[in-house]
Amino acid sequence: MQYMLLIMGDESRMNPPEVEDTGMSADHHAYTQALLKAGAMRGGERLHPTSSASTVKVRDGKAVVLDGPYVESQEQLGGYYLIEAASLDEAIGWAVKCPAAAHGAIEVRPVWPTRADA
Amino acid sequence: MTAQDVHRVAERLARESYGRLVAFLAARTRDVAGAEDALAEAFATALRLWPVDGVPDNPDAWLLTVARRRQTDALRRHQTRRAGEAHLKLIADEIEAAAMHPDDIPDRRLALMFACAHPVVERGMRAPLILQTILGLSAADIAAAFLVPPATMGQRIVRAKARLRQAGIPFALPERNDLPDRLAAVLDAIYAAYAKGWVEIGEAAGRSLAEEAVWLGSMVVALLPGEPEAKGMLALMLYAQARRSARRLPSGAYVPLEAQDTSLWDDEQIEHAEALLHDANHAGPTGRYQLEAAIQSAHIARRRRGLDTWPAILALYDHLLALTNSPVVALNRSICLAELHGPAAALAAIEPLATDPRMQGYQPYWATLGHLHARAGNSLPAHEALTLAIGLSSDPAVRTHLREKLIALRQG
Repeated sequence: MQYMLLIMGDESRMNPPEVEDTGMSADHHAYTQALLKAGAMRGGERLHPTSSASTVKVRDGKAVVLDGPYVESQEQLGGYYLIEAASLDEAIGWAVKCPAAAHGAIEVRPVWPTRADA
Repeated sequence: MTAQDVHRVAERLARESYGRLVAFLAARTRDVAGAEDALAEAFATALRLWPVDGVPDNPDAWLLTVARRRQTDALRRHQTRRAGEAHLKLIADEIEAAAMHPDDIPDRRLALMFACAHPVVERGMRAPLILQTILGLSAADIAAAFLVPPATMGQRIVRAKARLRQAGIPFALPERNDLPDRLAAVLDAIYAAYAKGWVEIGEAAGRSLAEEAVWLGSMVVALLPGEPEAKGMLALMLYAQARRSARRLPSGAYVPLEAQDTSLWDDEQIEHAEALLHDANHAGPTGRYQLEAAIQSAHIARRRRGLDTWPAILALYDHLLALTNSPVVALNRSICLAELHGPAAALAAIEPLATDPRMQGYQPYWATLGHLHARAGNSLPAHEALTLAIGLSSDPAVRTHLREKLIALRQG
């Protein structure tokens, strides 16, 4: 079963993408290696901050594009890992090891399979 | 005593009474949930009032008096279908008598613990069940320590209690023949709670699950004074507790055993552990916990008094490995082997673990492997293993410690 680990945190306290915090990125690299070794890694990326977001809606056949995130909030989605885990317990076990859990929070969501081939 | 101390003492006494009364009631009905229902309100009231008004002279009687009406109601609800009125009357009379003479309430907590660690209860649920029934911890507190969502832990506890009732598990001490195995299950459950570490539980911060486990261990030793393994396990926990404050710098940085400031170790706890271990060693066959405690004792003598106890430690590990055949023991033994015969010998000894599926996601395996490869000068495998150890760690301080090792490795 697949789980999405959503990395939530205050992006103003994170380093901008062009500045590399070696400790943090080294930890994420190590975490990814551990997921790969366990055969649990299905995907994962870091996202640019919400200031780079564009929000798109179609209403009454008319498309609207807005600058900025859909919801303004104190904590933002900063990245994600998509993992394979046998159970929620196992997925939580991985979330606890995610380096971002030590300062932000990891929201664990089971993936709802919708594709017939999935 | 500060206000917080008073609060803690009151809480401890309430807990002590709570566990005893749950055990007393459940021993008759085999219905843990019913016993807890009956006591829940009284216990909550005690936690509110005792720290302010002081602890009553007889806490058991106080709780039982407050709980009496609910108790009889609950008993009626839970018993009507299975037991006749006569049986119900008998139980009600017993409770009434107990409330009058609370000094005579028999301590059935040990029997309750044996029921909670019974083979019909899933292994992973034995510790949570003991923590809830004996200590009255909430499902939410237990969930936090065992890393499951609170609602899930609540459901699992309810299911486990139902299982006990349906299976008709007797709330009694096992027969002499069964005692070693069944006691091992109780000790394992308590030690599992201890191993969850320093997680703070409950509203009053400063009480950790580790301390609760030590308390449970002391209770088992007090109730079964003739069992050396119970003493061994309590000693093992106390050795670890004694070193607790030396394991982190004030900055929060992780400090391995070899670098710990031994003056920060708690003498009182070490002495208590040594005395327990001494007692246990005189009492007959040596089990897993006694051996592990003896290893801790030898490490302490080595670091504190500069004695070369590595050969003794290796001998203890050999014994422990023969007894348990555990990969975790093999792993710890290899560290000792490296001290005595070098990293190559240690790496050869844990070679078979490379294909053990249990080791693949086990953080200490990769940390040890990385450490040994680094000492042997095999920088590539050391790098790989230390990276996985970082990735599998949930403690930022441990990650930082390992990352520094990685950097040192690169700088050769």
